[in-house]
Amino acid sequence: MKKKKLVPFLALTLVASLGVTACSFGGDKGAKDKGTLTVTDRAEPPNLDSAISSDSASRNVLANTQEGLYRHSKDGKSIEPALAESEPKISDDKLTYTFKLRDSKWSDGKPVTAKDFEFAWKRALAPETASEYAFILHALKNGKAYNEKNGKAEDVGVKAIDDKTLEVKLERVTPYFLDLVAFPNYLPQREDIVKQHGDKAGKFAKEANTNVYSGPFKLTEWKHEQSYTMEKNDQYWDAKSVKLNKIVTKVMKDSSANVNAYNTNQVQVTLLGTDYIPKYKDNKEAVSVAEGSSWYLEMNQKNKLLQNKKVRQALNLALDKKEFQANVLQDKSVPAGGLVPPEIKANGNDANKLYREAFPEEPKFDATKAKSLFETGLKELNLSQAPALEMVTDDTTAAKRHGEYVKDAYKKNLGLEIKVSSVPFKQRLDRGKKGEFDLLASGWHADYSDSLSFIGDLFTSDSPYNRGKWSNKEYDELVKKARENTTGNVEERLQNLRKAEAILLEDAGIVPEYYRSVYYMVKPEVKDMVFNSAGFGEEYSFKWAYIE
Amino acid sequence: MARYILKRFSLMIVTLLVIITATFFLMHSLPGTPLKNEEKLSPELRAQILEQYGLDKPAYVQYFKFVGHLVQGDLGKSLNYDGREVTDMLMQGFGPSLLIGSQALLFGVLIGLILGVLAALKRNTWLDSLATGASIMGVSIPSFVLAALLAYFVGVKLGWLPATGYDTYSATIMPSFALSFAVIAQISRYVRTEMVEVLEQDYMRTAKAKGINRFAILVRHALRNALIPAITVMGPLAVNIITGSLVVEGIFAIPGMGKMFVESILNNDYTVIMGTTIFYSVLIVVTLFIVDLLYGIIDPRIRITGAKE
Repeated sequence: MKKKKLVPFLALTLVASLGVTACSFGGDKGAKDKGTLTVTDRAEPPNLDSAISSDSASRNVLANTQEGLYRHSKDGKSIEPALAESEPKISDDKLTYTFKLRDSKWSDGKPVTAKDFEFAWKRALAPETASEYAFILHALKNGKAYNEKNGKAEDVGVKAIDDKTLEVKLERVTPYFLDLVAFPNYLPQREDIVKQHGDKAGKFAKEANTNVYSGPFKLTEWKHEQSYTMEKNDQYWDAKSVKLNKIVTKVMKDSSANVNAYNTNQVQVTLLGTDYIPKYKDNKEAVSVAEGSSWYLEMNQKNKLLQNKKVRQALNLALDKKEFQANVLQDKSVPAGGLVPPEIKANGNDANKLYREAFPEEPKFDATKAKSLFETGLKELNLSQAPALEMVTDDTTAAKRHGEYVKDAYKKNLGLEIKVSSVPFKQRLDRGKKGEFDLLASGWHADYSDSLSFIGDLFTSDSPYNRGKWSNKEYDELVKKARENTTGNVEERLQNLRKAEAILLEDAGIVPEYYRSVYYMVKPEVKDMVFNSAGFGEEYSFKWAYIE
Repeated sequence: MARYILKRFSLMIVTLLVIITATFFLMHSLPGTPLKNEEKLSPELRAQILEQYGLDKPAYVQYFKFVGHLVQGDLGKSLNYDGREVTDMLMQGFGPSLLIGSQALLFGVLIGLILGVLAALKRNTWLDSLATGASIMGVSIPSFVLAALLAYFVGVKLGWLPATGYDTYSATIMPSFALSFAVIAQISRYVRTEMVEVLEQDYMRTAKAKGINRFAILVRHALRNALIPAITVMGPLAVNIITGSLVVEGIFAIPGMGKMFVESILNNDYTVIMGTTIFYSVLIVVTLFIVDLLYGIIDPRIRITGAKE
């Protein structure tokens, strides 16, 4: 009879485990009512503390549950005053911004005050907060100094004059400052709530019910690693514009899980994994969104061959970016001729002009010229044959295809052998940092809508993100001038940045490849969900969304 | 028996200690740090944050600190999930994984038993060939391939069960079934082979001659003996289910430990890697331990020799 003990044992385990998990089955079966939208995200927010937020999942929740001074507009490209009543008063030297706040309440009924901003911004900069995104607040006067333990909190350029007035002083003239203010790390926080749960790492923002919300929605449920639910916030100042009652976000990393959930109507919106792009790109429900990111090859200057300018120019000309986009990427990414992607503002005299509109750069390809440049370069180096180069890329399917394309193109057009090493993301960063590569597939997402985010932050000689260590004194000089911008002349600043980019391209400091786009699958009944095509901060906003 | 258990138990502790130590140092040799925004972090800020978390210290210092906390039952806080307690995360992830896993084991053993017994009784018929075919497929198709196929055909094309997610009980059936396939295959093979042998034994003929009914003979005499080898492989099979769940949970978006484990490694989330490793090791070592005990229950000869040790 002993055998019978086995089956009851297994059955008992099953019942016990059902008991353990019973509570986690909710009632949501992709509810079909018009007030509820169900979407997926690839990861769950590690935390919803705006001071330390550094990932897209938390930004997607923050931007929909909190309200800053500015918010990304319905057109997905511009910004508009949000808790700021109107545009701020800007001093003549462009260094002081005075914001007037509109009447607005937190979800618990308390008013949102200027102090909530002062508290949140200083907290984000405080060294003990250890925020990985604190640099985005270095635009504030003494912000960098305080963040790096060289200054005091009271010297940071943000001050609540009274409950409704916030005075901000900047370190230097920053024409894109209002874009920064729309970034999630600039959201307000309630001192009493943060301190009540008293934890440096933001304990108040780890569960739905311990936090208060100032935005269109409030987080009402958070089943970790499974799903989280936002519901309409009746206390929101612009609640009349909000049409959805509820948004359920399911956490799904696997790209096939996402597609399956979408195809079985479990969810109405999902990000399309790159493996599925060829299959769905012509689908009517596929929505392409530009990321505001730039992708390029870096060439290690420790390598003798790559120190030669003609060889670098040849590497650029030998790669057909248009063909790569059309046949390999197959999405709406744009073949690149320069470093700065098309979504970035120029921030010159004309406030509405985009940088790439002012300075177009066509992607260059010329196999014959590439071959002759490459041979001249080899001669200059007294080489009869080029040594093989190692190219380091990510290990995703898309990255591997990219590696194969580059390898084939250089073999065919230059006779150059490439060994492709596909490694995990963290390892690519590590090898980049240590300079353990010949060619490195790199990319950069803008943090704010200004070309400085690319030209200034990437390729100066002392930049930690300049992995290839390409160096040019004139470039450094121009970037320094643009960054310090002592005259406050925005047009001159813009021209300096452009001159720097032109030097980078002429000297082939990098091989520009493409400006990336992603696809979302969106059911036709979902209307006015805004995808932030400028690519800063959150990826999408539900504020105006509704279901038809 | 007590001495036997004690000996096995102390061996278990040593095994765990070796696993913990090896994992800790291997993990620290992974390139990169647990920082999330590593791509955009300036070196100054990076150093400052690493110091804040105590990650600037040499690995052996961190190791002793970790073991010190571990002895007190403190697994620390996740680095990637901004200070969420690892113990809380494990508790959250364990529920779904336990349900899917034990269900898989139950499916596997029941279906495997039935298939095995049928195949043995109807030897060399189409039923036997079918069972053989099924088990060859079960052993050779990895659970994650089966999971993807099931999700697509049963979930998307036929729409019988939820293709993904963890909202309803029905959503747990496909992942459990995907994981149980290998168990079905192995159990049915073992049971068939043993059954065939047992059915030929003299004592079976004796039982039949005594006039006991056919079903009782099968259950009491044949199956019980045939189960011994099946129980022996249960341990490794349970381990199979646990490791299979790493990928299968991702495919079905189950918020379980497998998914958590994989992600923690990709993120270099040191504390979560250690937490899940310890948890899995304990689970596997304890499973093997239980199987040893079960083996004793099923076959008294082992219990007796165990006691003499």
